[in-house]
Amino acid sequence: MSTDVTTPVPATGPPGPPPAGNRQSRKEHWSALRSRADSKISPYLYIAPFFLLFAIFGLYPLVYTAWVSLHDWELAGAEHPWSGLDNYRQLVTDEVFWNSLWNTFGIFVLSTVPQLTLALLIASLLNRRLRGRTFFRLSVILPMATSVAAVSIVFSQLFSRDFGLINWTLGGFGISPIEWQASKWSSWSAISLMVNWRWTGYNALIFLAAMQAIPRDLYEAAALDGAGPWKQFTRVTVPLLRPTILFTVIIATIGGFQLFTEPLLFNSGSSNYQGGSLRQSQTVSMYVWENAFVKFDFGYASAVAWVLFLIILLFASLNALAVRRLGGKD
Amino acid sequence: MVLAAPVEGTDDPAATRRRRKSRESGAEVGKAGPLVYIMLALGAALSVFPLYFMFVVATRTNDTIGSLPPVLTPGGQLGDNVQRLLDNEDAHFLRGLLNSVLVSASVTIAVVLFSTLAGFAFAKLRFRGRNALLLVIVATMAIPVQLGLIPLYILMVELGWVGELKAVIVPFLVSGFGVFMMRQYAASAVSDELIEAAKVDGCSTLRIYWNVVLPAVRPAAAVLGLFTFMQTWNDFLWPYSVLNQDQPTVQLSLATLSSGYYSDFSQIFAGTALATLPLLMVFLLFGRQIIGGIMEGALKA
Repeated sequence: MSTDVTTPVPATGPPGPPPAGNRQSRKEHWSALRSRADSKISPYLYIAPFFLLFAIFGLYPLVYTAWVSLHDWELAGAEHPWSGLDNYRQLVTDEVFWNSLWNTFGIFVLSTVPQLTLALLIASLLNRRLRGRTFFRLSVILPMATSVAAVSIVFSQLFSRDFGLINWTLGGFGISPIEWQASKWSSWSAISLMVNWRWTGYNALIFLAAMQAIPRDLYEAAALDGAGPWKQFTRVTVPLLRPTILFTVIIATIGGFQLFTEPLLFNSGSSNYQGGSLRQSQTVSMYVWENAFVKFDFGYASAVAWVLFLIILLFASLNALAVRRLGGKD
Repeated sequence: MVLAAPVEGTDDPAATRRRRKSRESGAEVGKAGPLVYIMLALGAALSVFPLYFMFVVATRTNDTIGSLPPVLTPGGQLGDNVQRLLDNEDAHFLRGLLNSVLVSASVTIAVVLFSTLAGFAFAKLRFRGRNALLLVIVATMAIPVQLGLIPLYILMVELGWVGELKAVIVPFLVSGFGVFMMRQYAASAVSDELIEAAKVDGCSTLRIYWNVVLPAVRPAAAVLGLFTFMQTWNDFLWPYSVLNQDQPTVQLSLATLSSGYYSDFSQIFAGTALATLPLLMVFLLFGRQIIGGIMEGALKA
């Protein structure tokens, strides 16, 4: 086997008197061969674990979902007859599905818009010369440390009708106790509040990072032109933050449309996956779960999951368009 | 605000310092006034309050929850509440806690290991198909987990893993996000010269990984580890679908506790407090790294 001329043979061995013995040169040849094999093969070995595991537990399920969604597939059934687009046809006229989509959408809007607005505000507050910088930054992202399950449990108590802190506080303003789980708007608001509480600080730090990358001269120039703090914020900060806002909106879309744990644990009882007796707060993910793990209708559940995925894609791109337009005229 | 524009090319160390400082602080707009502090303090209070309230209820008797105006100071019942929690046979709380430690630790170690290894390969080694394969990894980051929920479950049924811990460990041993993050970091943090020098010295790529790359990417690997641990610790949907009540993660124990018919709130809250405590410790210990991780990630994204 000839040595590749383009590959430099690595100089091996300790510097010393070169005994050009036959043994030594064979050893050198061998080690050159080994290092060539190393540089050719090992890159693939290093990335192999990812692709191997992803193929089994990521890609295969993805394709398989599409396949299952085209069948009448029940867990207990011995056969899974082909049903074509039946599951999808059923879905179009399924009012429960549309209801869950509407709920998901409502909660998404109620949690994303205030969350990102507030995060922008907090970021601009943090973006100043400040004492206790780390303290404030850490305290706003502290909610991230709590698990969704814990958050849902604590907030459900805060929202309880008779002894909840929130109704008690509202009572101080003369508002009579609200049964938060009972209606659409109230359960949506309560669930959104949990999401907002958990994620606002995280988004604030992301905005803060982007704000700090804005060159200071731009503000100085704006100030020279007579722009006050508010104008500087809307005319300099927000337009320059557009890519970041886009990023957070897309992340929020992907997360928001898959919302599951908060509404599940906000509702009590053994059929909490229904999101209340009238399905006031059942999200699409909960409906997928109900079909898969309560009714064991995997075919239909897969169809709903695929449609959810397509909706997420659609929404993420719509939002991207909308954000691109936002302030695009300036 | 009047700032002397730093003059380029001066040797005055004070000017250099000023210049560096103004670059570091980026566009920090002015000094914070009292109003800013008040608003930030309010924000901090709102962030911390639910957690504080959780600890208050966890340390008091169950009738606290029914008292209005609400009690807002901690009591001395934590021991009692924890005892009831551990005695609760449905929740398997202790086992859940141990399971969560085991699951989160294994997933974290594997993700960090595989991500740094693959990140190193993508950033510093030349091989055919490198760019295309990296693109595939980026694309995998966009796929929502839930889409795979059902077939993953079917797969677990076929493997006979339903109800077993490996069902929540093995599918998550790798992460596209992790590979991408480590690739980005390794590309800038590890110098090509160092790798070439090591190669000339006859180091195998594995030794280069261990002795050169791993020490250099440690900060980013730490952040990846922290995030992976938090995410795995808090994961709910998949464990809820595939595990059983008698072999839960701590989050499932919490769900079981809260879905009981008779609600012993101080017991439930003692559970949420104990389940949150490890992550709070992580946050307080590694706060700076976590903040840095979020902010740096934001810039790269």
